[in-house]
Amino acid sequence: MARTLITVPRTAKRDEIIEIRALVQHSMETGYRRSSDGDLLPRDLIRRFTCRFVPRVAANSNAASTAGDLIFAATFHAAIAANPYLSFNLRATTSGTLVFSWEGDNGLAQTETVSLLIA
Amino acid sequence: MKRRSFLASSAGLVASVMVRPVAAIEQSSVLTALVKEYAAGAVVREGRVKFDIARLVDNGNSVPVEVTVDSPMTPQQHVVGITLFNEKNPQNDVAQFSLSHLSGRARVATRIRLATTQQLVAVAKMNDGSCWTHTVEVLVTVSSCIEE
Repeated sequence: MARTLITVPRTAKRDEIIEIRALVQHSMETGYRRSSDGDLLPRDLIRRFTCRFVPRVAANSNAASTAGDLIFAATFHAAIAANPYLSFNLRATTSGTLVFSWEGDNGLAQTETVSLLIA
Repeated sequence: MKRRSFLASSAGLVASVMVRPVAAIEQSSVLTALVKEYAAGAVVREGRVKFDIARLVDNGNSVPVEVTVDSPMTPQQHVVGITLFNEKNPQNDVAQFSLSHLSGRARVATRIRLATTQQLVAVAKMNDGSCWTHTVEVLVTVSSCIEE
């Protein structure tokens, strides 16, 4: 499991625009570099990042809404620096859970959740 | 030259240097082709996008970038995507970001790799299909991709 660092305010006012920062520990090996033996280092990249928001009221509604709304997505290429860092925004409307997912080469798939409370 | 006229003229010179507008650089044909492909027939115009990156980069391994787009981000009028292309890395793609009116603000920041001194372009696609760009030129002193 890769280590992640997610920064989201614990509470926000309704309609406040919050900043979300997400960092994951990963080498983002480009596939162009060589080791000290001269062998090409195999490509190992994180390819996709998504952030979804699941409103808290989802418990008594239908199951489809538990997937949440996609609020931000990113497709990465080799030109993204090691330990990919992203910062983006969200207009906070209701309390709920933010679901962060990273997918990449060699079967990498990781999901982290952070709750957001609207005061 | 009289002192007074010298001071007046030199003040004018300083002012002209300081207020020099950010000249639109001539976009490289590589980037123009990439943007055209991404736009897929939509109108591409310069403006509304601000690509924030250091003009002089000491180390190309991790270069902070921030792209902001002038948009109200309402359901009627918002940015749906921001894409970054580079001119001279081994691959021209850098990243594609998807946004929606839920974002509240059309902004994304990340860190990228730069192999050498080159141009970069940020393209924002609006929900009405129009595309807006900002091209920047970056001087890289120590490139990415060289260290073992």
